[in-house]
Amino acid sequence: MSTSTMSRARPHSPALPQGRRRHARNGGFGSTFTVNALLILGCAYMVLPVVWLFFASTKNTADLYGTAAYALGEPAFLENVMAVLNQDGGVFLRWMANSMFYAAFGAILGGLISVMAGYAFDKFQFRGKDSFFGIVLVGVLIPNTATVLPMYLLASVFGITNTIWAILIPVLCNPFGVYLARVYSAAYVPAETLEAARVDGAGPIRSFFSLGLPMMMPGYITIALFQFVGVWNNFMLPLVMLQDQQLLPVSVGISIWQGYSIPQPEFTPMVITGSLLSIIPLLLAFIMLQRFWKSGLTAGSVK
Amino acid sequence: MVTPAPTKPPTATKPTGPAQRKPRAMSGTGGRTAALFLTPFFTIFALAMVAPVVYAIVLSFFAQQKSGLGFGEAKTAFVGLENYLQVMQSESFVGGIGRLALYCLLYIPCMVGGALAFALLLDAAVARARKLFQLLVFLPHAVPGVIAALIWAYLYTPGVSPIVSVLETGGISLNFLDNQMILPSIVNIAVWEWTGYNVIVLFTALQAVPREILEAARVDGAGEIRAAISIKLPLILPALSVIMLFTVIGTLQLFTEPSIISKATASVTSTWVPNMWAYDAAFNRHNLNQAAAASIIIALMAAVLSWAVTRFSSRNKA
Repeated sequence: MSTSTMSRARPHSPALPQGRRRHARNGGFGSTFTVNALLILGCAYMVLPVVWLFFASTKNTADLYGTAAYALGEPAFLENVMAVLNQDGGVFLRWMANSMFYAAFGAILGGLISVMAGYAFDKFQFRGKDSFFGIVLVGVLIPNTATVLPMYLLASVFGITNTIWAILIPVLCNPFGVYLARVYSAAYVPAETLEAARVDGAGPIRSFFSLGLPMMMPGYITIALFQFVGVWNNFMLPLVMLQDQQLLPVSVGISIWQGYSIPQPEFTPMVITGSLLSIIPLLLAFIMLQRFWKSGLTAGSVK
Repeated sequence: MVTPAPTKPPTATKPTGPAQRKPRAMSGTGGRTAALFLTPFFTIFALAMVAPVVYAIVLSFFAQQKSGLGFGEAKTAFVGLENYLQVMQSESFVGGIGRLALYCLLYIPCMVGGALAFALLLDAAVARARKLFQLLVFLPHAVPGVIAALIWAYLYTPGVSPIVSVLETGGISLNFLDNQMILPSIVNIAVWEWTGYNVIVLFTALQAVPREILEAARVDGAGEIRAAISIKLPLILPALSVIMLFTVIGTLQLFTEPSIISKATASVTSTWVPNMWAYDAAFNRHNLNQAAAASIIIALMAAVLSWAVTRFSSRNKA
């Protein structure tokens, strides 16, 4: 191994070792420029579609088809927003509120359920622990969409399709959150602290809520954030389960408007402006909670 | 990679191991307490995953059969594997699987390759403004799949799309929504949605590569590209294999993007991918038993694929 590296390195090292090292440290203009130019290009690909959405939302139907894509037309942004908000007696706000409710419910309660389970897997000794955890991991690997239709079939037996329960029960289930919580519990909650609490007479439930949970708070927030995004973005579950317009989340609602916009182009600005309004809460959440999603990605994949 | 890590919690390997065994006999850390903490999760898990799948398996063995001329009430009859045979013999379902396979072949190299390249660029010593780049590249992940598909549907539509008009001024007329282009067009939507997320995962893994090793390589005369390929890449293989696993599972979920695009073009039929086929079976053809069988087939494919990926990546590590 070492000989091969040496022989491979040889052609480079004797020739101008100093120049090479300087080049690596400061980077010649060429490589600095190339690397950053490529990064900017990549980011442009990521950002421009969203920027387009912003520009498109400022145009009315005629300008949308008539003016350059990244130019402002007759300023129609407020008109578009008002049209979105007034359509069908303000159903858009209802959809946003539904999305917010489903996602927050799944994030807060579902997150807590996952954290409790992950904590138990990390801190308690019990028979069959590995098999139970195996079940959790199988849950991680089953694609969501494969269980949506079976869930619908079962829910219709119990007559809960087209009710909020058809959404609220499934969004509590987050096997990946359990996996993450176990990693966080091992990293953040020292066994000694819990042992000390036990000696002082605190029961396991008390020590979880007054010690374990506060120590795992960053992990809880991360799991909740990912669950929030997952529920907010979910399309197939509400599409299958709900028919009542008043119960729909915003993702399904906008897709219905998109269906209208094919025969009636005047719906198009509303689809575009509604899309823009619907992504604002998530964008804000991501920007404000940067530190958490980064740590979540690390814990989930690297460890 | 996913499996071995959690089965060895760090506490078990610490010297506190023997001390931990003591409380097992006492109250507070044993089975009964664990049950208290685990019951909520496993109750939900049983309700939202196990029961539906079991019920779907049961349904998949039955069929609604109408007597004689199709008049009168339908009867439920046990038909064994008949539904599975019908699904697997359905041209549109098999066509959907083929399309999904083609989609995987295009999507996985583009997305994983793109994410890897971007992460390596971001980790290069000369990269600037790393925090800003990370935030920008992650932006699409904050956009729900429905909205992403909608945005791109407009970006593919002549008359609205800046891309189409730029290409036209360059003398290229390309219809992103026709039969040949529709698959790459949908792959592009998924690449846009998921590359940034995986850039962050890979970049975090890259940041954990010990700087001394890279410094040593530099002293030996290895340039940036050389160091990236022969040092950084092997060290982040575990993260790469996790990404592969989740990407493969993710591709089987393909439903949202083609469903949205199907409204904008006739190139995407209502049974374009297996998930859409199952949805169509349940809600347009009203054959719940076949829909159940199709869902079970999709879940089995996911199981086999993720088994294969974990198998392959653990062999790679050894």
